[in-house]
Amino acid sequence: MTSATTTVKPEAPSRSESRIWNKLKSSKSAALGLILVLFFVGIAVLAPLLPIDDPTATSWGAIRKGPSAAYWFGTDELGRDILSRMIWGAQASLLAGVVSVAIAVFIGVPFGLIAGYFGGWLDGIISRVTDALLATPFLILAIALAAFLGPSLTNAMIAIGLSAMPIFVRLTRGQVLSVKTEDYVEGARAIGLSHTLIIVRYILPNVFAPILVQATLAIATAIIAEASLSFLGLGQQPPAPSWGSMLNVAKNFLSQAPWMAMWPGAAIFLVVLGFNLLGDGLRDALDPRET
Amino acid sequence: MTTPSSGHGSDPVIEVKDVSRHFAGPARLFGTSASVRAVDGVSFDIRRGETFAIVGESGCGKSTLARLLIRLLAPSGGSVIYDGQDISGLSESAMRNLRGELQFIFQDPFSSLNPRMTVGAIVEEPMQVHGVGGNSAERKERVAQLLGRVGLRAEHANRYPHEFSGGQRQRIGIARALASGPKVIIGDEPVSALDVSIQAQVVNLLEDLKEEFGLTLIIIAHDLAVIRHMSDRVGVMYLGEMIELGSTDALYDTPLHPYTQALMAAIPVPFPNARPMSEGLSGDVPSPSAPPPGCRFHTRCPHAQSRCAEEKPTLEQAEGERWVACHFWREIERPDAGLDAEPARAEATTQRFELYRSWSEAKTKADASA
Repeated sequence: MTSATTTVKPEAPSRSESRIWNKLKSSKSAALGLILVLFFVGIAVLAPLLPIDDPTATSWGAIRKGPSAAYWFGTDELGRDILSRMIWGAQASLLAGVVSVAIAVFIGVPFGLIAGYFGGWLDGIISRVTDALLATPFLILAIALAAFLGPSLTNAMIAIGLSAMPIFVRLTRGQVLSVKTEDYVEGARAIGLSHTLIIVRYILPNVFAPILVQATLAIATAIIAEASLSFLGLGQQPPAPSWGSMLNVAKNFLSQAPWMAMWPGAAIFLVVLGFNLLGDGLRDALDPRET
Repeated sequence: MTTPSSGHGSDPVIEVKDVSRHFAGPARLFGTSASVRAVDGVSFDIRRGETFAIVGESGCGKSTLARLLIRLLAPSGGSVIYDGQDISGLSESAMRNLRGELQFIFQDPFSSLNPRMTVGAIVEEPMQVHGVGGNSAERKERVAQLLGRVGLRAEHANRYPHEFSGGQRQRIGIARALASGPKVIIGDEPVSALDVSIQAQVVNLLEDLKEEFGLTLIIIAHDLAVIRHMSDRVGVMYLGEMIELGSTDALYDTPLHPYTQALMAAIPVPFPNARPMSEGLSGDVPSPSAPPPGCRFHTRCPHAQSRCAEEKPTLEQAEGERWVACHFWREIERPDAGLDAEPARAEATTQRFELYRSWSEAKTKADASA
């Protein structure tokens, strides 16, 4: 009997969290994604502290000036410092990405849990509504909702969040359906746990990993969606800076002042790339099949 | 109608009365498909403090029956009475209060423990749910005791299930089942997923715990050798019905039902030559969604007659506590199960045994004189 108990490895217990962290670090692309994301999060959070110009201060003496020592990224059509608008725009973009995905997760995941766990007519209603929402293209739905709610950054975030929500309902429901058949869920019922506790302690922790991956990737999509809405004038309202609205103005001066379009375009590209690489890395790191 | 659940004069802890469970078949576009009759009209009782085994082939409904006994599944018909209370109609919340007394051990130790909870939390949880074991510190203390009792160490409480082997995980499952102070534990093939060497340890552990905690054990299995070792009484199932029931020794020595006889003949023996070659069962188990009319076993029974295809035999009382569902059990010749026969050994083997015996006798003498 003792022989069976001594087979546990004597070294320090390996926590799955640290294993995932190590795998994430060892992947070059995931590490690059993490660095990009941390960089943009860093400048967005530190924007009020950085020694940069007021992003809305106009200067008639410096209209559409190219990059120089005074204005590293150049100035726009009203003589505003593009660097400082880029940094404050990062705040709007990341906020829109994170808040809208949070809306999608906090609405979508509970509905998915309920649909998958209880099944029956509840599942029928939730799944059909989800199917209907998924049948509408993501951006079209977001534009329609944003136009309906009225142009502002908050409404754009709500519109993007609601448009991204059905993916989370469907993903969560599918994961719940597979976890629900595990013996430990039946075992939780056998010891007399309530449905609420079974969902919170047994189902949610075991469907969490794919939701986390999807959320990371959805932030990238949401940032593009926010830029698109702002480009169309449905998101961040001028004069507050936003990468999308900066692109909208810059398209009029593409030949005279190409830097006005270059910087926001590159920033959107890099932050979306960062979230996508991070999401892919997380998916690989969280996959239990390859250890 | 007399059934094995009516009147033994003994003290039944669970009475099963004509219980059935039908599962809806796959949905079809037109019409309805036949439902699967996983358990069909089964009656028996389980006495307080005994070890009751349910055996049968895969797909005979034994796991479904196990889940019906503690209402993990609701029966389609009939009733299950626990301690005088009909639990088949209880509400989910009323049933929840009883679950502390009726515990379950699962077959697969790799999927029956929540991978996101520590072993300590897994074992402590039933105590929290049923409000036993005192405050948090006392519960931790009891977790340590339980882990020690099932052959693990107290410090294992901080680890996660994936850090343990199959046998150890099954011990964790047993500790969890014991935590709420149950009266009945149902094991759904509790050792069949384990290595043979570990099986014996877990079987012995279950037997010890049964004595120590005054449990009633219900063991579902397909391994007849394990059953013979642990159980007091055995019920044999075929296609959702119980076809024979009796005390373990009597049933193993003189199986009455032709299906039980075939099962016994299929037990592997260490010396195959000692037993005359018996004809195994031919054919497959019929589909439980369309069971044969009459006796469900008649399609594979070597003794089947025309009556078997027309008239369904009921479980009738044979000798004493034996029950059998067969029209012709009196006429069927009972082959010796053949397990007790002296095995025939080859001459060389016999010589080796002789040599070993004389050596060990000499050694004993030498030890005694030393």
